[in-house]
Amino acid sequence: MKKGLTFQFLSYDEIGSLNSSDRIKEILRIVKENKILLIEGKMKSEEQAMLIQKTMQEIDKKFQGIEIATIEGKNSNAFVNVINSLEKMIFGDRSGFTVIGPASIVKEIKKDPNKIELFTKK
Amino acid sequence: MVIKEFFNIFFSMFKRKKLVRLGFYGPVNAGKTSLANRISKDFTGEELGTVSKIPHETREIQIKEKVKIKKGNKELDFNLIDTPGIATKIDYTDFLKHGLSAKEAKERAREATQGVIEAIKWLENVDCVLVVLDSTENPYNQVNITIIGNLAARKIPVLIVGNKIDVKKSSIKRIESAFPQYKVIGLSALTGNGMEEFYNELFNLVR
Repeated sequence: MKKGLTFQFLSYDEIGSLNSSDRIKEILRIVKENKILLIEGKMKSEEQAMLIQKTMQEIDKKFQGIEIATIEGKNSNAFVNVINSLEKMIFGDRSGFTVIGPASIVKEIKKDPNKIELFTKK
Repeated sequence: MVIKEFFNIFFSMFKRKKLVRLGFYGPVNAGKTSLANRISKDFTGEELGTVSKIPHETREIQIKEKVKIKKGNKELDFNLIDTPGIATKIDYTDFLKHGLSAKEAKERAREATQGVIEAIKWLENVDCVLVVLDSTENPYNQVNITIIGNLAARKIPVLIVGNKIDVKKSSIKRIESAFPQYKVIGLSALTGNGMEEFYNELFNLVR
């Protein structure tokens, strides 16, 4: 039987109200189900560091870790940037997105300023 | 004038000399320990840790205390803090390819996971950081972005070191365009090429 890839989208509304620790638990729970997660919004650097620490704690025979990439939501228009900053203050940061996949499936996520490529293991 | 000079000398006798806690951070196998060894050897004659082609050779924080670095008329005492390479994944079977037994590979993987956790914890205990990157690799790597983002969030001064400039496909320009807001120095910890400019920038970093 052919195996497919499963992508799961997590909107900001689903995890925005959780604290960092619970958010990371939820992310790892989904990734450990061998799903590739697309999260609305860019994870903060401090949260990414916490995610790496938590991932390291959970590595075992089955779970080898994660591949992660964050994509900026850029806009060159100054007016739109001001509106976005206000929106961030009121509703939280929904700009950009974060891709997280299990290392057993995702070999590498290559990123450069203009594109993102996700390579899977055979 | 003479009185001012007298007070300067008098107070400098009691002033505690600044000790800078310099962290070496970066992804696995970028050459953090090689650079820490080169600096330590240049100024103390002793190395700090062992270097290997097998990933995750440094799995514990290694510290060389009170390394006096001199450059021209400048002089500062540093604690060199070499940290394990930060990674988002560790697969023990990767170590088998380097000739380790299954038992050794599993143990190395277990220690490596602890090393990553410790390295991140130690961000609280450094005054400034050298982010050591392999200049032959793509710098747009999430581990690099996470490390630099965390240092920026903690307002810790950063100097990015592009190591391995002795290798043909090395590109410092690629690192500079990935992190345009940071000073990037290219060097080879292996050959020592670029170390003079590096020491100059190190003093600018801790100014």
